[in-house]
Amino acid sequence: MAKKIRILIAKPGLDGHDRGAKYIARALKDAGYEVIYTGIRQSPQAICKSAIQEDVDFVGLSLLSGAHNELFPEVVSLIRKEGGDNIIIFGGGVIPNDDISYLKKKGIEAIFTPGTPIKDVINFIEANKSRISH
Amino acid sequence: MIELSENVIKGQSRAVARAISWIENDHEMKESLIDQIYPYCGKAVVWGITGPPGSGKSSLVDHLIFRMRAVGKKVAVIAVDPSSPFSGGAILGDRIRMQKHATDEGVFIRSMASRGHLGGVSGATSDAIKVLDAAGYDLILIETIGVGQTEIEVMELSDVVLLVLVPGLGDEIQALKAGVMEIGDVFVVNKSDRDDADKVRAEVKYILEFKEQNGNYIENPVVMTSAKLNEGIDQLLKDTENYLHNINLKGQLEARRKLRILNEINRIISGKIEEELKTFITQKEKLDNWIEKIYQKKCSPYSFVNENFKTFLKEYKKP
Ligand SMILES: Nc1nc2c(ncn2[C@@H]2O[C@H](COP(=O)(O)OP(=O)(O)OP(=O)(O)O)[C@@H](O)[C@H]2O)c(=O)[nH]1
Ligand SMILES: [Mg+2]
Repeated sequence: MAKKIRILIAKPGLDGHDRGAKYIARALKDAGYEVIYTGIRQSPQAICKSAIQEDVDFVGLSLLSGAHNELFPEVVSLIRKEGGDNIIIFGGGVIPNDDISYLKKKGIEAIFTPGTPIKDVINFIEANKSRISH
Repeated sequence: MIELSENVIKGQSRAVARAISWIENDHEMKESLIDQIYPYCGKAVVWGITGPPGSGKSSLVDHLIFRMRAVGKKVAVIAVDPSSPFSGGAILGDRIRMQKHATDEGVFIRSMASRGHLGGVSGATSDAIKVLDAAGYDLILIETIGVGQTEIEVMELSDVVLLVLVPGLGDEIQALKAGVMEIGDVFVVNKSDRDDADKVRAEVKYILEFKEQNGNYIENPVVMTSAKLNEGIDQLLKDTENYLHNINLKGQLEARRKLRILNEINRIISGKIEEELKTFITQKEKLDNWIEKIYQKKCSPYSFVNENFKTFLKEYKKP
């Protein structure tokens, strides 16, 4: 039986708008993935524990405004510390170009800014799914 | 012993998570894993929580976790949600209401989609319960949306079933009468902060009067709760624990657990026969060819199966 790809969509930070995150979650469901959604205002610790317990293959972080340079890398390092070595982490939101290369260096493997077609996200997942562990 | 089994028994949450994935993906080592952890099972109590969409199941689970943690119990949750019949994907969102517990080491929450499991989601849930039990969780809560046969099968894995109803279901309570009412042990009327909650309670009590009452009958509690206002939860706990105590005294809990083992054996046997038989038949000739023959009316579906089943029984030897 083919393994189902599991993806955690999480919203760190304080903003309360999750339309974008919900849209991504629905689109990924329609593409055949199992999507775990945790709701808004999640601490990096809560995101990390959820990712481990749900044994997801990918974590998508969504943040509209603000502290991505602090929060995204913190999630990556917590997940690595908890033994989630193979979890692939990507992000989305209003993120300036200058920050993208910094975040990539910190282990966020892809950043999708508003307006990115959902196809790009799916392509990213498909291109990387051979790396997931079992 | 494989490393994963050892770490499950030690209660490591990463290992527990991976073990459940092995079960969901039908990993080749799955059976060894279960064989090895099985002697460590038997301490956990399993509560099933079911009811119509949006009735407040996850919110109630959230409150139950708080109460159980306050008395030092370790709690695990398996939340089953339906998969899309079109894409096979799923959105698993029950965690949203329980995220306050995400960083509590004594709580483990796992979301599971209902489709794409060998042996059905009840088979996967049944094994996941063993993993959580062996890992030392005292209470295992299983949430399903109470609609179909699949969900009823999942509920049959629990020691006690909480059926959550709410005001405003309209005729749905009538529909529920047929199948789902029978699997409920404890009836929860949630959203008691809303109008008509009393009416629902009366209706449930009325329906329950029609239940068969033999000598072993233990009255089904009906509890009013408001997850929103955090009301009635202590009563719910008390009534559920009391009910469990009573069915235990009367030997019904043991009977229930043994019936579960019987169902499980049957499920495993049919699964294995099905798999072996399919391989055996398709080894001889491609299934497509058989379909073509039946389509051409060269043989009927029954004669096809009977013929092959007979040779299977005669010639089959386990490699
Ligand atoms: N007024 C009122 N609203 C409630 C109560 N309990 C839950 N809700 C609300 O009902 C909605 C659904 O709650 P959930 O706990 O997600 O219900 P559920 O049964 O787990 O939902 P599904 O898993 O989607 O079937 C949420 O908006 C809750 O805030 C209650 O006691 N009173
Ligand atoms: Mg729910």
